[in-house]
Amino acid sequence: MITRDDVEHIGWLASIKVEDNEKDEFVEQFNSILDYFHQLDEVDTEGVEPTYRVVDLANIFREDVACPSLSQEEALKNAPRCLNGYFKSPRIV
Amino acid sequence: MLAELREQLQAGSAEEYLCKLFEKIEKSKLNGFTTLARESAILEAREFDRSPGHGLLAGVPIAIKECISTKGIQTCCSSRILQGYIPPYNAHVVERLKAEGAIIMGKTNMDEFAMGSSTETSCFGPTKNPWDLRAVPGGSSGGSAAVVAGGEAPCALGSDTGGSVRCPASFCGIVGLKPTYGLVSRYGLVSYANSLEQIGPLTHTVEDTALLMQIMAGHDGRDTTSAKGKCDYLPIKEDAAGLKIGIPKEYFGEGVNKDVEKAVWDAIHTLESLGATWQEVSLPHTKHALAAYYVIAMSEASSNLARFDGLRYGLRVGEDKDWHTTFSEIRAKGFGPEVKRRILLGTYALSAGYYGRYYLKALKVRTLIKEDFLRAFKDVDLVAGPTMPIPAFKIGERINDPLSLYLADVFTVPINLAGVPAISVPCGFAGHLPVGLQLIGKHFDEATVLQAAQAFEAATPFHEKKPEVV
Repeated sequence: MITRDDVEHIGWLASIKVEDNEKDEFVEQFNSILDYFHQLDEVDTEGVEPTYRVVDLANIFREDVACPSLSQEEALKNAPRCLNGYFKSPRIV
Repeated sequence: MLAELREQLQAGSAEEYLCKLFEKIEKSKLNGFTTLARESAILEAREFDRSPGHGLLAGVPIAIKECISTKGIQTCCSSRILQGYIPPYNAHVVERLKAEGAIIMGKTNMDEFAMGSSTETSCFGPTKNPWDLRAVPGGSSGGSAAVVAGGEAPCALGSDTGGSVRCPASFCGIVGLKPTYGLVSRYGLVSYANSLEQIGPLTHTVEDTALLMQIMAGHDGRDTTSAKGKCDYLPIKEDAAGLKIGIPKEYFGEGVNKDVEKAVWDAIHTLESLGATWQEVSLPHTKHALAAYYVIAMSEASSNLARFDGLRYGLRVGEDKDWHTTFSEIRAKGFGPEVKRRILLGTYALSAGYYGRYYLKALKVRTLIKEDFLRAFKDVDLVAGPTMPIPAFKIGERINDPLSLYLADVFTVPINLAGVPAISVPCGFAGHLPVGLQLIGKHFDEATVLQAAQAFEAATPFHEKKPEVV
């Protein structure tokens, strides 16, 4: 069973602040959705390999050659806050 | 239809045609478009009129779903968190279309980040179904389907992660294809669940879908899941004779609307009258596909949507606090309830102690679902059934009950889990609302899917029916 505290913790892990007034609804919805997911327990998957990708392609290499990319101006164009040609982030420490 | 339109434009005026569409869109009640690229589109049309090109889509306007990057035209996935984002580059498919002379007329509405089957969770408000303005157009590519069905664009692109092209095609009475995973490059498609999704066409006819596939399919080194190989879809072999069609018993019965079931059986009998044969097949893990799909899609979403932090693009609100608090508050304001639900549940499914129970288990069930299809395809060329178990439902009817919305995807999600191609073609009506027939093929065998769909279309009148309300 998911509780209000679990929702807050998952929100912290996902970097989404969950407001107090959202918690009860999420608790109810998450429990009913997880309950539905538990029908996967019925399936016998003994010895079955997981499918991470449906088309078998692995280790796609290319030559290490520089090619044109976005200019600094283009790369920063959508950034809401910039400073001296950099993305401006909140304080880390 | 697109081939004829191209001919007409060569002789007539692309600008005139485009302006008529824009006039119609201005008066539209559908809310299918989010942004119109009026200025650039008219300039391109004028240029075409001055010196008509010879590309496969020369002068033909096309509408593009909100989540496919278009250089210089807002691409925000119908989410507050990305409003104002203007891509500095085009998606691979957009490059290909433009190289063939297509004119990007604007962007179309969708469920926020493609998470939904009704186009109700958009920050631009819901799109309406041209057959009934009180009904949803399906989703998540609901805007693309509605504008094509409503005559506001001759063709459109959508993306399909768990049915998002086929569901709205079915609800709006048009053709929609989800290609084999890896066939169309995802470069420039904003990721939701990257191991499941493909870009696909929404058109009036099967031939138009084949034409768009002819242009879009093929290898692109910028998508590491892009498959190599030659793709040739035109002309389509218009003949169903000798095709062996499997009818999965799990796709009929409980939960399927009676009128939908009847329209689909009539379609199967039509294919039979054209020389195809059918036999019952079993896809025994169908029942567990939805749960496996949602666990995988939510898990991938929680990772893919971690990039939206207001740093490089998108919403940034308030004074900066510490790193984690700032991003948590931006994401709380920027994402809508369904996107939050999926990110949070996906985070939970991937978190320590639960990974094996949910994510890894779902990936194993995915293997069994893929094997169901491979087993069936030993005996048959195609699998056929309903695209959706129900016709379009009313706007607002299911939005507050997420699980009931998820359940409508029961016949579309197994296809994405298996990575096989599937098309939805109009096959009749339930009351006044369209019904879609789903034809599912082997990996990279789009040609046979298109062949059966084309033979069916040529023998039936449904693709010619037009909604009267718009």
